[in-house]
Amino acid sequence: MTLTGRIHSFESFGTLDGPGIRFIVFMQGCPLRCLYCHNRDTWDPKGGNEFTVDQVFQKVESYRNFFAYSGGGLTVSGGEPTLQAEFVTELFKRCHASGIHTALDTSGFVEIGRVKELLKFTDLILLDIKHSEENKHLEITGVGSQKIKKFMHYTTQIGIPLWIRYVLIPGYTDSEETLKETAFLLCNMANVKKIEVLPYHSLGKYKWERLGENYKLNHVREPSAEDVHKASRILHDCLSLLNKKT
Amino acid sequence: MTYPNNFIRGNWNAEIDVRNFIQLNYTPYTGDASFLQGPTEATKKLWQKISTLMEEERKKGGVLDVDTHIISTICSHAPGYIDQDLEKIVGLQTDQPLKRSIMPFGGLRMVQKGCDAAGKELDPLVAEIFTKYRKTHNQGVYDVYTPEMLKVKKAGIITGLPDAYGRGRIIGDYRRVALYGVDRLIEEKQAELTHLEYDYIDYETTRDREEIREQILALKELKEMARLYGFDISGPAQDARQAIQWLYFAYLGAVKEQNGAAMSIGRISTFLDIYLENDLRQGRITEQEAQELIDHLVIKLRIVRFLRTPEYDKLFSGDPTWVTESIGGMGLDGRTLVTKTSFRMLNTLFNLGPAPEPNLTVLWSVYLPQGFKEFCAKVSIATSSIQYESDDIMRYHWGDDYGIACCVSAMRLGKQMQFFGARCNLAKALLYALNGGRDEISGVQVAPMFAAVDTEYLDYEDVWKRFDMLLDWLARLYINSLNLIHYMHDKYAYERLQMALHDREVFRTMACGIAGLSVVTDSLSAIKYAKVKPIRDSRNIIIDFEVQGDYPRFGNNDERVDSIATEIVKLFMNKLRKQRTYRHSTPTLSILTITSNVVYGQATGNTPDGRKKGEPLAPGANPMHGRDINGALAVLKSIAKLPYEYAQDGISYTFSIIPKALGREEQTRITNLTALLDGYFREGGHHINVNVFEKEMLLDAMEHPEKYPQLTIRVSGYAVNFIRLTREQQLDVINRTIHGQI
Repeated sequence: MTLTGRIHSFESFGTLDGPGIRFIVFMQGCPLRCLYCHNRDTWDPKGGNEFTVDQVFQKVESYRNFFAYSGGGLTVSGGEPTLQAEFVTELFKRCHASGIHTALDTSGFVEIGRVKELLKFTDLILLDIKHSEENKHLEITGVGSQKIKKFMHYTTQIGIPLWIRYVLIPGYTDSEETLKETAFLLCNMANVKKIEVLPYHSLGKYKWERLGENYKLNHVREPSAEDVHKASRILHDCLSLLNKKT
Repeated sequence: MTYPNNFIRGNWNAEIDVRNFIQLNYTPYTGDASFLQGPTEATKKLWQKISTLMEEERKKGGVLDVDTHIISTICSHAPGYIDQDLEKIVGLQTDQPLKRSIMPFGGLRMVQKGCDAAGKELDPLVAEIFTKYRKTHNQGVYDVYTPEMLKVKKAGIITGLPDAYGRGRIIGDYRRVALYGVDRLIEEKQAELTHLEYDYIDYETTRDREEIREQILALKELKEMARLYGFDISGPAQDARQAIQWLYFAYLGAVKEQNGAAMSIGRISTFLDIYLENDLRQGRITEQEAQELIDHLVIKLRIVRFLRTPEYDKLFSGDPTWVTESIGGMGLDGRTLVTKTSFRMLNTLFNLGPAPEPNLTVLWSVYLPQGFKEFCAKVSIATSSIQYESDDIMRYHWGDDYGIACCVSAMRLGKQMQFFGARCNLAKALLYALNGGRDEISGVQVAPMFAAVDTEYLDYEDVWKRFDMLLDWLARLYINSLNLIHYMHDKYAYERLQMALHDREVFRTMACGIAGLSVVTDSLSAIKYAKVKPIRDSRNIIIDFEVQGDYPRFGNNDERVDSIATEIVKLFMNKLRKQRTYRHSTPTLSILTITSNVVYGQATGNTPDGRKKGEPLAPGANPMHGRDINGALAVLKSIAKLPYEYAQDGISYTFSIIPKALGREEQTRITNLTALLDGYFREGGHHINVNVFEKEMLLDAMEHPEKYPQLTIRVSGYAVNFIRLTREQQLDVINRTIHGQI
C-alpha cells in the first residue's frame, strides 16, 4: 500500500519558517492543545486530505528555482508533523536526494525513537518553547514538557541546527522570571542558531469560532513591538551570560 | 556637426543608430546604492509647489484648469514654468503647470465632454472649426463603422477602442534629438523622401511621402518650440543638462501634439547616463547635481496632463498617462545595461516621494547585478511604485534596445510601433457561446444567430466547440474594427513628431487584448471537472449556473486548469493571426485590463465559475481573488505558464503582499522579494506589479484621502494615486488577494 499523509494545506510562499523562501506543508493532527493555537483546524487527526509522498514532492519540486535563488526549501509544519513521522521521513528523503533543504517545525512532543530516522534527513528544526515551568506548560498546551526537553537534548546530541521560537503572551509568558528560566533551559545547547520572540496575535481566533470552539484568550492583548524587543533582549542577555559562565 | 569629443565614434556617426552610441559609450554599474544623493533645496521647493497644485487639482475634482481656446500643437503655447529660477529643466504643455490643453484632432466630443466635466466651456470657434471645416479621427471612424460594430460596442463585448481619442502606445525615440540635434534628423528624413521617388507612385508611396513631409514639418516646429524657451536644439547636446533638456523637449513636443492613451518615454536612463558620467568625470557636475537633473526631469514627467472624459476615467482610472520609462536589462554582449542613472531614476521615488508617473518599469534579468536587484526590491517595498518585466524573454524577441509602451507592450525603439487595440471581453464571449449569440443581459442578438445550448448540463466538448465558433466571429469583427480605426487615425490624427523619431520602415503590430481570462478558465474548468447546470429565464436565456462538485481553479499551480488558460490564449491568438490587417501589421495579444476589469465586470452576467453578474473580472492575467489558496508562488507558477509567444503584447499580473509576509527583518524582505522575482522570471513569467502594503492602510486612505496624498499602488500595468481611483475601483483593489500568512 502506498504511504499517504493527512495534510491540512499548503503555502507556497513561506518566509517566516526557516531561511529563504519555503514551501510549507501543514500536516493534520496535533497532540497539543495550545490556548493560542492559530491553526486550531489542524488538531483533528482525521481531518485534512490524503496525499501520497509523490504528490507532495511534485509540488515541492516545482518551486526549486525559488529555493535556489533564496536559499530556501521545504518546511513541514502542522499540526504536529511528527505524528506522521514515517510520511515526513519519506518526503524529506526525496528532498535530500534532490538537494532541497528540509526544515521541521515541531513542538518536540514526541518519543525520540519515533523520529530518529526522520531527523537523519532534517536540516533544521524549528521548535516552539511554550513555557519553562511544568504546570504553566500544562495550562497553556494541555501536555507536560518532559518529552520536549528530552527531544531538545537529543537534537543537541546529534547536532541538528535549531531555531527556537518563543511566543510572547502577556500574562502567560512575558514575566522576566519566565524569560530567564527559558534562557536557562537553552544554555549549553550549542545547536541553537537563532531565537525568535514572536508576539502573540489573535488572527487565528476566527478558526476557533468557525469550529464552534471557545477561544480562551479573548482578554489577552497583543504585545507591542517594544514588548517583544524587551523580551528578546532579556532572553539573549541572560543566555550569553549563562553561556559565558560555563 | 560636433559631438562632445570624448565620445567613442562608430556607426552612430554614419547613420541614425542610438543603440550603437550607447553600446560604445556607456558604463555598466554593478555596485550598490550608497552613492545616491538626496534632493537639493531647489528640488524640494519645486516639488512643494507642485504638491500644492496637485492638492488643488484633486480638490477641484481632478482638473485644475483647461485652456479652452488654443488648440494644442507643438508650438501652440507660450513658454510656461513652475519657477523659472529653480528649474534646471524647463518646458510645460501649456503656459501653466497642470493646465490642460485641448486636442480636438482625435475627436471633438472628447474635448467637449472633458470641458463639461471640468465645468468649462469650449471656445465655440473651436467647435465650429472641427464641425464645419475640419474632420476628426472620431468622425472618420463613425462614418465607416458597420452596424454590427456599433452593436458590439454597445453590448460591451469589445470596448475601450481608440476611436475617440489618441491611440498612443507609440514611443518616439526621443534620445535621437539629444544625440543628433534636430537638423541632422531633418536631413535624414529628406534623404528618405528621395528614396521614395518611383516610376509609378501608388497609394502607399503617396501616403508615405506625405507622412515623411509631415514629420519634417513637425521637427521644424520642435526647433521653434525650443527656441521660444531660449534653446537652439538644431545641433547635438553637448553636456548632460542639454541632453536631458533636448530629450525632454522632444517628449514635450509629442505630448503637446498627441493625447495618446499611453505616452511612454522609452528607455532613457542609460542613454542619459553617458552624458552624466561624462560631466562627472570631467568635474563639471557633482553627484548631487546629477541627481538634481534627473529629479527635475521626473518632476516634469509627473505633471503631464491630458483632458479626459468621465467615461474614459472609468475605464482607465486615476488619470494615467503611462510615461513609461524602462530601466535596466542586459545587453546582447552580456554586459548589464544598468548604470548609475538607473539607480538615480529609481531614487526619485525617495527624493520626491512615491508617484504613479513616470511608470517606472524595471527590465529584470536573473543576470542583473545583485546590488541593483536589491535596490529595486527596497524601493518596491517602500513605495509600491515599480513594475517588473522579463528582460530575459523580451531581449530574445526584441533585442536590447526596446522600451515598454504603456504597461507591457515591448517595442524596438525607433523601429517599431503598434496599433493599440484595447481588448475584448472573453467572459462575455463565453456567455454568448452558450446563448446562441444573444446578449445575456439585454437579450439582443449581437453575434450571428446559432442554436443555444439546450441540454440539462453543460458538456465541455460541446461548450468548447461553441466558444471556438464564437471567437471566429469575434476575432474577425475585432480586427476589422481596428483596421478602420487605425486607418482614420493615420489620416486625421497622425503622430507627426513621434513618427519623425522613427526609422522610415517600422515594424507594426496590431495589438489586441483580452479581459476575463481567469473567469473563462475557471468556468471551463467547472464545466469539465464538476457538473454545471444552466438556469434559464423566461426569454430562454441562460442567466445563471448551478455548480455541483468541486473543480480546480486557476492560480494554484494545478496543471489541469492552468492548461485550459493556455489553450484559450492560443485559440484566440491563432484566430487573430488569420485576419488581414491594416498596413500589414502583425497581430499580437495582451492579457491586460488596466482598470477596465471593473467596467467589463459590470457589463457581464453571471458566469459558470460562480462569479455574480456585475462583479469585476480579475485584472490582467490575475486569478479571481480568493481562489488562489496555495500562496503566492503557486499563483506565479500558474501565470508563468501562459505562453508569451501567443501573447507578445504582454501578460500582466498584479501582486499584493503585506510587508510581514516577505519576512521579519528588512534585509530578509529585500532578499526574499529579489528571490521571488528571480524565480518568477526564471519560470517564464513576463510581468509583475509589486505592491507591498497593509489592507488597513488602504481602508484608512479611502476614509481620509487627505492623509495619503502620494499613496501609490500598482494596478494592472500601471501605477495610480490610490485616492484618485473611483470608489468601485478602490474596493476592487482592496478585495483582491493580498498575500499574507499568519
